[in-house]
Amino acid sequence: MQKSFPRGERRGALLRFGAALIALAARPRLSLAQPVLNPEVGTDARMINTPEGAIRSIVKGAPMRRGRVKLELPKLAENGHSVALTVSVESPMTEQDHVRRIDLVSEKNPVPHMATFLLGARAGRAEIGTRVRLNGTQRMTAIAELSDGSFWFDTFDVTVTEAACLDGG
Amino acid sequence: MAVARIQLPPQAKRGEVIEVRIIVKHPMETGFRYDAYGRLTPRNVIRSLVCRYNGTVVFEGLLSSGIAANPYLRFFTRAVESGELEFSWIDDDKVTGKLSAPITVID
Repeated sequence: MQKSFPRGERRGALLRFGAALIALAARPRLSLAQPVLNPEVGTDARMINTPEGAIRSIVKGAPMRRGRVKLELPKLAENGHSVALTVSVESPMTEQDHVRRIDLVSEKNPVPHMATFLLGARAGRAEIGTRVRLNGTQRMTAIAELSDGSFWFDTFDVTVTEAACLDGG
Repeated sequence: MAVARIQLPPQAKRGEVIEVRIIVKHPMETGFRYDAYGRLTPRNVIRSLVCRYNGTVVFEGLLSSGIAANPYLRFFTRAVESGELEFSWIDDDKVTGKLSAPITVID
C-alpha cells in the first residue's frame, strides 16, 4: 500500500470509465422505448413503454404547451378499475380551427399510452369522456393536437386508494 | 345488457351539437392477469371503435388496456341530417361488433 496515491487515481479513472459505460448502456435503452398503443399480444409492454416515450411518440418532437386543454378526474378514486375522466379543449371547432386528436397518457400504468381519440370539425364541441384504469396514484396527462399542428396539454394528479393491477382485476 | 348501448337525443335541431354516449360490453382483458392455473390471460381489448354518421366517420377511439372494462365513451357531434349513427368496433381477437342508433333532425 506504499503507492496508494496512484492507485487511487487509477480507481478514479476506472470509476469514470465505468460511469461512461453505464451512460453508454443507458442510451440505447432510451431509444428502445418504442411506445405503442397496443403492443403485440404476448409482448411484455412494461419493457417497451415509458410515459416519456409515449408523449414523444404523440408530439413527434413538436413543442407542447400547457393550456386550452382541461383534464378532469375525481381527486380521489376509491379504486383504479374504472375512473371517470373528461377532456375538454377550448376550440371553436370550425374547419379552420379544430381539435384533431386527444391522447391520454398515464404515468404509472403498464401501458402508458392509454387511448387516442380522433375528432374533427364536425364534432362541434371538443370534449370527450371515458372511464380509465389507473394503476395507482399518479399524474394523468391529456394532450390535444389542433388543426394547426400545435400541441396543448393538461395534467391532473389523481389519488387512487386501490390500484387496478394489484388484485388481478 | 345487449352487446352495447347507445344514448343520444332522438331528435335534434339542424346544426345542434348533440352528446353521444356508448357503452360496449367487453371485458377489456389487459393481458397482465393470471388465471387460477398461473397462466397469463392473453390480452383482448377493443382496439378501435368508429362512429359513422350516415357513412361519414365523425369519431374514432383507439383504445388500450388502460380503458376500463365495458368501455364507455362520450363525445359530441353536430346534427346535420336525419339518419343514423353507426358504431363498429374490433378487438384483439378480431371479433367485430356493430350497433346503430337513429337520429331525426328537425328544422
